[in-house]
Amino acid sequence: MRVALHAEWTKIRTVPSPLWLLVGTVAATVALSAGATSVVNCTASGCGGDTTKLSLMGVYIGQALVAILAVLIVSGEYGSGMIRTTLAAVPRRAIAFAAKAITLTGVVAVGGTVAVLGSVLAGRLVLPDLGDQALSLTNGPAMRAVVGTVLYLILIALLSLGIATAMRDSATSIGIVLGLLYIVPILVQTISDPYWQRLLQKIAPMSAGLAVQATTDLHSLPISPWAGLGVTAAWAIAALSVGGLLLRMRDA
Amino acid sequence: MTSTVTRHRPSPKAGRYGFLQVLHAEWTKFRTALGWVIGMMVAALMVVLFAVLAGVSSNQKGSSPVPIGPGGGPVTDSFYFVHQPLAGNGSISVSVSALKSSIPKGPGDLRPGIVPWAKAGLIIKQSTRQGSPYAAIMATGSHGVRMQDNYVNDTAGLPDPVSTASVRWLRLDRSGDTITGHASADGTHWTKVGTTRVSGLGPTAQVGLFVASPAAVGGGGTAGSVSTATFGDLRIQGGLAGSTWTGGQVGAESPSFAGYPESTSGSFTESNGRFTVTGAGDMAPAVRDSLPTGAHLREILTGTFAALIAVIVVGALFITAEYRNKMIHLTLAASPRRSRVLVAKAIVLWAVTFVAGSVGAICATPLGERLARRNGVYIFPVSSLTELRVALGTAALLATASVLALSVGAIFRHSAGAVTTVIVAIVLPYILIAIPFIPAGVSKGLATVTPVAAFAVQQTLVPYDHVASNYTPYYGYYPLAPWAGFAVLAGYALVSLAVATVLLNRRDA
Repeated sequence: MRVALHAEWTKIRTVPSPLWLLVGTVAATVALSAGATSVVNCTASGCGGDTTKLSLMGVYIGQALVAILAVLIVSGEYGSGMIRTTLAAVPRRAIAFAAKAITLTGVVAVGGTVAVLGSVLAGRLVLPDLGDQALSLTNGPAMRAVVGTVLYLILIALLSLGIATAMRDSATSIGIVLGLLYIVPILVQTISDPYWQRLLQKIAPMSAGLAVQATTDLHSLPISPWAGLGVTAAWAIAALSVGGLLLRMRDA
Repeated sequence: MTSTVTRHRPSPKAGRYGFLQVLHAEWTKFRTALGWVIGMMVAALMVVLFAVLAGVSSNQKGSSPVPIGPGGGPVTDSFYFVHQPLAGNGSISVSVSALKSSIPKGPGDLRPGIVPWAKAGLIIKQSTRQGSPYAAIMATGSHGVRMQDNYVNDTAGLPDPVSTASVRWLRLDRSGDTITGHASADGTHWTKVGTTRVSGLGPTAQVGLFVASPAAVGGGGTAGSVSTATFGDLRIQGGLAGSTWTGGQVGAESPSFAGYPESTSGSFTESNGRFTVTGAGDMAPAVRDSLPTGAHLREILTGTFAALIAVIVVGALFITAEYRNKMIHLTLAASPRRSRVLVAKAIVLWAVTFVAGSVGAICATPLGERLARRNGVYIFPVSSLTELRVALGTAALLATASVLALSVGAIFRHSAGAVTTVIVAIVLPYILIAIPFIPAGVSKGLATVTPVAAFAVQQTLVPYDHVASNYTPYYGYYPLAPWAGFAVLAGYALVSLAVATVLLNRRDA
């Protein structure tokens, strides 16, 4: 296992695209977060919304880059034929797959933490008066939002890894992951029946998972913060199981 | 070309034959790759599926019917009306010396403010039924004196808002179906604002004072406002002598009426010939955010977004798969004029996607509309020509986006990079303009310069100069005209195709 992990770490470290995608994740996340907080109208009584959630809005974009990074780790190997070398070196495919997942988790955890903390910092700089109350990391709900967002990014990465292992093609995998993430939030706007709206928001990986960012009006959410993240985790586990199973069953 | 050539053959003919072969080769490649055919089917299916979902999941049963104006379009017809019957021809005049509006800033926090299209004046209307024909002359919050009729028509009169220092006299004359509006700054020198024909007023119309106050627009949403006007010198000629003035809210229960702010209501008082009237609502064509129970075609075609992802993936793979399995060497050996290969690919891909998109959109539109109507949703009416434009425009949008993906794929020679770039270029702006609180300027800018501008082909709503509203892409109003918006995407696709051609010719495959 240690050898497999070391191999995966070497691969991810020595190819330029993962690093650039991570840098892109941080940049895009912080940029969108700062943009979102700078357009909000604040009065002395508040910003008319959930400041914490708003300042973490950058993950809307950041998660796309994380997903692409995760997809490329697997499908890049299928594209170049490297997968055959990988599986020849680590014949137990479950271990090879687990090593990929663990390496990816570590890399995204670091990148995600930097991106999320950068967003919080940007929020505090843009909203100096309110930032201290809403974005303080000693505040329970804000802490939950920050930690939850990093976990969310990791889960999205694992979900993408599972889908990419099942599909083996980068373009198809990226299409499926991004569709899965973004279609429901867009669809919900055109649905006027509140029952359907809440149902879709409860089961979609993005809408449910990002409930963890909410710090106010928790009772009006379709799903509670940690349960929402649980839904995203269920998606990730399902995708990893399917991907892992197909990896075992098929010829590479 | 081993056959003996007996005559000089003009090269264009041989060239065209060659191109047809390349085209045929590309078509064969496309139709025999199962994944791509499935991708196109998925795209068409997504459009239909989402239309069904949007139709099934909407629920407006039990909401009041949407008032329909004389032109057949949905209208807002809610205002405070102080009226009496006027039999046959006649004339009514009044002075307006104040028009003040209040806008809620928070729950229970009503502050004085300016509502640009707050209206106070005279109206002749068939009846108090919502949507009935009318003509009116009015002072407005910040658009001066206006004469309006039948919701959609609007003529400007004297500028400047009213105050005790600048009182406005207004007059309406009825002669059959012809209504003439006059305005004056002193009550003696009148200038004509406009003449209009309003059919269907009937032998006895309702005539009188009205105050309307449309929802104030701000921060990406609207808030119901209330306005109070002071009238004097009310004179009526003709009509039924001795009738008393009756006050009441027209269209109190209407889906297009935002309602009165908390703890306010419509009213009128009279003392010594001075009328003080308080009202809310508007007399205007309904727009997207004044009709929350409505839906328009773009909302039924939400699946375009899902289809877009599918056609981008197929478009990129159509070329990058050749690079991955080295098929490109064979392709270029068979057709050494490389630019032709790319053009043939673009033509095949565009045509296939266009057909898939048309099938999807043409099936989805009536299906989604029918399901939504059954659930009580009011669909903004469009002509069949517009409906066709939306369906074919959607197909062209998908087709052009897939060609863009093909070109970017030829530039990158790698599917992940190509798909990511195109999705970021199209899908990301789409998601940003779908966020309701993105500032209007940013949202309109994105819908002008990014490929998302092409979604203007799905616009069926009409913005009105005399209705203040959030005319942003979020509500279905795009800054560019339908085909101009499409041209933006086509421009991106053509430029990428040109770059891809140059690179394909220069680089080793």
